[in-house]
Amino acid sequence: MSALTKFFIIVIAVYTFNPISLFAQDDLSALIEGFEEPVINYASAAFKTTRVINGHSFENVGGGVMDVKISHRFGFLNSGGYELFGLDNASIRIGLDYGITKQLMVGIGRSSFEKTYDGFIKYKFFRQSTGERNMPIAAALVSTIALKTIKPSDPDIPNYFSSRLYFSNQLIVGRKFSDAFTIQIMPTVVHRNLVAISEEPNDVFALGIAARQKLSKRIAINGEYYYQLNKSDPEINNSLSLGFDIETGGHVFQLHFTNSTSMIEKGFVTETSGDWLNGDIHFGFNVSRVFTIVGKNRKKP
Amino acid sequence: MQNKLFFVSALSLFFLMQGNVNGQSKYYDKNCDVSFYSHTPIEDIEAKNTSAVSVLDVESGALEFAVLIKAFEFQKSLMQEHFNENYMESEKFPKATFKGQVTNISSVKMTTDGNYPIEITGTLTMHGVSKEISTTGTIKVSGGNIGGRSEFLVKPEDFNIAIPSVVKEKIEKELKVTVEANYSAYTN
Repeated sequence: MSALTKFFIIVIAVYTFNPISLFAQDDLSALIEGFEEPVINYASAAFKTTRVINGHSFENVGGGVMDVKISHRFGFLNSGGYELFGLDNASIRIGLDYGITKQLMVGIGRSSFEKTYDGFIKYKFFRQSTGERNMPIAAALVSTIALKTIKPSDPDIPNYFSSRLYFSNQLIVGRKFSDAFTIQIMPTVVHRNLVAISEEPNDVFALGIAARQKLSKRIAINGEYYYQLNKSDPEINNSLSLGFDIETGGHVFQLHFTNSTSMIEKGFVTETSGDWLNGDIHFGFNVSRVFTIVGKNRKKP
Repeated sequence: MQNKLFFVSALSLFFLMQGNVNGQSKYYDKNCDVSFYSHTPIEDIEAKNTSAVSVLDVESGALEFAVLIKAFEFQKSLMQEHFNENYMESEKFPKATFKGQVTNISSVKMTTDGNYPIEITGTLTMHGVSKEISTTGTIKVSGGNIGGRSEFLVKPEDFNIAIPSVVKEKIEKELKVTVEANYSAYTN
């Protein structure tokens, strides 16, 4: 072996096994990639607001954020031109939601329909994420209570306070499949302390499904359907709602058509009387405006 | 003959040692601060990212940054959501990068403490759009540590970020971006 060959062998060997010298020729980009730490990538804004239409989506308001919701449902479209297709009548709910943390929120509301007060607590226990933690779905629990305060139709029979109370519990499981498309299912149980006739069940079980498809960055189309599993009254229909979300900065406007008059779970799941095929359709809207009450504490470096 | 071989090997190792010296000219910061600010009579917008990554080569002047868009923190969480969802589309474009050069790096004396004005040019890439930018900044050398700071203006429209007319009055046409880094020497 000639000296020259030996020399080349040594040089090649040293170059191959000396990472420092190799590094010196490296691009900075490779170095920078090595520094980047793995992060959890949470999916956000699966729905524009915490409600799909009447019912909850799996989104929460942020921690320290208050959401004022003003919702209207006009009369049935089939009430004709004399009533301006329902616009002469409106039922309203004023609501106030607050995010205690980004996963826990509470809310109260008051509906003009049957003069009902309501409250809820919602805990989003799974957040959809990729990266360092992989969670294919989002999931939330919503528990509501409602108090009907309209004067009893027959004051002569005993009317207990407990008879005015309604409860619901709901599990929401969903996934944001793409930037534009989200779907969720909502098994729901509504408990009524008092029902009109003994044949009616106190507990109504329902399965809801809802989806949204974004049409543009700020406009989405939403649909929501609740199927009652143990419905006994033929006059009662399943709730079906279709609408648009329009987002403008701090506001979200939701414009929709629904056969439900009530805007709270006990009402739209179990008391929907309107029939789409009959034209018993309410036009309605929800306006949501958020206010940041407690700003985020920035991480100090 | 043996002596000659030894000599050549030693010589080649000497050249490799030079490679090591070059390696030590690299400085890094894994927690750079990148913030931007917009002021209008209607709304102030401010966001801060404290986890940007940067590498600076004080020999060649090569400078790079990588910034995760989702790591920008806003005071208002809805603003943060809109920033990611509607403006930066951070699912599609998770990172902003800068690859460039401190053009007058030779004027920075690593052995002498002091503030050195620097000129930076390079390519800023975000929202899928790359654009040449140039700006000025300072490098502060103190006791072998290097601090860097720079400010520059970014026009959202240059990066194909559309601002709808309803919020045009709430967002400045040009946003001021401030970058601060505290570099440590990179040893393998």
